[in-house]
Amino acid sequence: MELQTLTFIVVGMTFALYIGIAFWARASTTSEFYVAGAGINPVANGMATAADWMSAASFISMAGLIAFFGYGGSVFLMGWTGGYVLLAMLLAPYLRKYGKFTVPEFIGDRYYSRTARVVAVVCLIVASVTYVIGQMKGIGVAFSRFLETSYEMGLVVGMGIVFIYAVMGGMKGITYTQIAQYCVLITAYTIPAIFISLNLTGNPIPQLGLGGKMVGTDTFLLDRLDQVVTELGFNQYTTTSRLGTLNTFVYTFSLMIGTAGLPHVIIRFFTVPKVSDARISAGWALVFITLLYTTAPGVAAMARLNLHETIHPAGGEELLYEQRPDWFRKWETTGLLKFEDKNGDGRITYTADKATNEMVKVDRDIMVLANPEIANLPNWVIALVAAGGLAAALSTAAGLLLAIASAISHDLLKGIFRPDINEKQELLASRLAMAGAIGLAGYLGFNPPDFAAGTVALAFGLAASSIFPALMMGVYFKGINKEGAIAGMLAGISITLLYVFQHKGIMFISSTAFLGDMSPNWFLGIEPNAFGAVGAVINFVVAYSVSKVTAPPPDHIQHLVEDIRIPSGASSAQSH
Amino acid sequence: MADSEQRKAYWQANLKLTLTMLAIWFVISYLCGILFVEQLNAIRIGGYKLGFWFAQQGSMYGFVAIIFVYASRMKAIDRKFGVHD
Repeated sequence: MELQTLTFIVVGMTFALYIGIAFWARASTTSEFYVAGAGINPVANGMATAADWMSAASFISMAGLIAFFGYGGSVFLMGWTGGYVLLAMLLAPYLRKYGKFTVPEFIGDRYYSRTARVVAVVCLIVASVTYVIGQMKGIGVAFSRFLETSYEMGLVVGMGIVFIYAVMGGMKGITYTQIAQYCVLITAYTIPAIFISLNLTGNPIPQLGLGGKMVGTDTFLLDRLDQVVTELGFNQYTTTSRLGTLNTFVYTFSLMIGTAGLPHVIIRFFTVPKVSDARISAGWALVFITLLYTTAPGVAAMARLNLHETIHPAGGEELLYEQRPDWFRKWETTGLLKFEDKNGDGRITYTADKATNEMVKVDRDIMVLANPEIANLPNWVIALVAAGGLAAALSTAAGLLLAIASAISHDLLKGIFRPDINEKQELLASRLAMAGAIGLAGYLGFNPPDFAAGTVALAFGLAASSIFPALMMGVYFKGINKEGAIAGMLAGISITLLYVFQHKGIMFISSTAFLGDMSPNWFLGIEPNAFGAVGAVINFVVAYSVSKVTAPPPDHIQHLVEDIRIPSGASSAQSH
Repeated sequence: MADSEQRKAYWQANLKLTLTMLAIWFVISYLCGILFVEQLNAIRIGGYKLGFWFAQQGSMYGFVAIIFVYASRMKAIDRKFGVHD
C-alpha cells in the first residue's frame, strides 16, 4: 500500500482511539477534571505519567541530539530520568499526602500567602508555556512529514487536534488516553529500533546491540561509528562532551531538579489513592520511561552510522545526488534537509568541514522520523513512527495544558478573584483557559525559538529555579516563611530568565539579545539552558536568608508540615 | 497517630534512607557518568566503554532500582512506626 495512505490509516486509527477514550472518560466534576478523582491504579498512573512526560522532544528530538552529540547527549538521558528519583523521594509522597488539586495551591497554603500562590502560578505558567512550544514544534514536524505539507500547515492541524483533546478530557480523560498513547509511542519507538539493531548487529535488543559487534565482522558497532565520524572530521562519538565537564554537570542537575519541579508531572501523583502509591507509581513511571530512554542511545548511534554509510558507503564512492534515495527527496521538500553541490561533481560530500560540507542542513529532529526509511524498513513501520511521534506530542501537550488551565481556573479565578463561583462555572473556566493557552502556544510555535529539545530544556531551567526549591523547602525546612519563599522564587526565576533573555533574546526574539548567544559571555561557561541549577541555588540561599531575619511561620504551619510528613490519614485529593 | 517522639524517630529514619539513596543516585550519574567518565572509559564491557555505558544506560537502570528499593523500605518503616496508610 502507498505509504501516505497507510500513514493516514494508522494515524487516523490512533486518533479515533484517543477521541473515543476521551468521550468515554469525560470529566463531570472538578475533582475528576483536575485529579481524576484520585482513583488511578499506581501502575496505570505510572504509564500515564510516562506518556505525559515523554514529549515530542523525547520521542523525536532526543535520539537526534544524541546522534549528533554522542556522549555529549547523555545530559538529556540522565537529566530527564534522574529527576524521578528526586520526585519519588523528596516531593511526590508529601504532596499527595497534602491532597489538593494544584501545585500553587500547596505553595499558597504552606506559605500562608496568596502572594506566594500567585507567584507560583506565574512560575508555573511561564515554565509550562515554554514547554508547550516544544510540543507544538514537534507536532508541526510530525504532521508536515506525514501529510507532506509545510511545517505551518502541520502546526495548524496539530493545534486543532490538541484543542478537541485537551478541552474534552480533563485529568480523567487525559489519564486513560495517555495510557493508550504510551502503548502507541513505545511500540512505534521500539519496533524500528529492534529492526535496525537486528540489521546492524544481529541482536534484536537495541540496548545490547549498541554494545555488540557489526554483523559478519569482528568490529564493535561503537568502534566502527567512532572511526567513521572521526575520518570525516567530526568529534569522536563515545567520548566527546558538549561544552565541558562543568557545563555537563550543571546542565544534568538543572534537568533533574527541573523534572522534579514540573507541575504537569507532579499533579499526576495527585491521582493515586495513597501516599505509598505515589512512591511506587514514580518507580513505575520511570520503568516505562527507561524502556524508551535506554533504547534511544541505540537508535541514535545506529541512525548516525546508517546516515553516513548511505551517503558514503565504506570503501565505495560518495553517493550521486541524482541517485539519492526517496527519503532524502521527501525530507528536502520539508526544508529540514538541504544539499548544495559546492564542488559541482554531482556527488554528496558530508564532512565536518564547513567549507566543503555539502549537507548544508541536517535537522536533528528528523533522525528518528527518517530512521526507518534510511534503514529501508517496511512502510507500516514508517507509518507507525508518525503515529508514535504524534502520540508523544499530544499526550504531553494535553498534560501541560491541564496544568496551565487548572492554575488559571482553580488558583487564580476560584482561589483569588472569584471564590464564589460554583463547580460548573469553574469547569467552564478551565476549558476556556485551555483554549487560550493553545492559541498562545500555537503563536509561539510559528516563531520557534530553538530546536525542540532546546526549548524544552529551558522550561526545565525555570521549573528548577522556582518551583522545585519552594516545594522541597516546604516539606523539609519548617522554618522557611512566606517572605523567604516569595523572595526566593522571585530571585530564582528572575535570574534564570534574565540570563536566558540576555543571551537568547527577550521572549526569544534574537535581535533583542543584548549580550549575544556567545559562549565567551557565559557565566563560568554555563549555557543559558543549564542555568536553572544556578537559579535554584540562588532561590535556596535567598529563601533561607530572608526567613532568618523575618518572623518564623505560625504554629499551624509547623503542624501542617509535620502532618504531611506522616503517610497515614491521607484523604482523596480535594479543594478544601 | 504517633506521638511527637515517634514522629521524630520516623522522620529521622526516613531522612537516613533518603540520604543513602541520594548518595547512590549521585555516584552512578554524576561520578560514573560525568566526573570520572574518562577514567572509566579505559574499562570496556563488550563494545561499551564503561563511562559511556553509565552515562547512556547504567545510570538509568540504577535510578529505577533506587526508587523501588526506597519505596519498599519506606513501606517497612511506615509499618514499624505505625504510620502506614
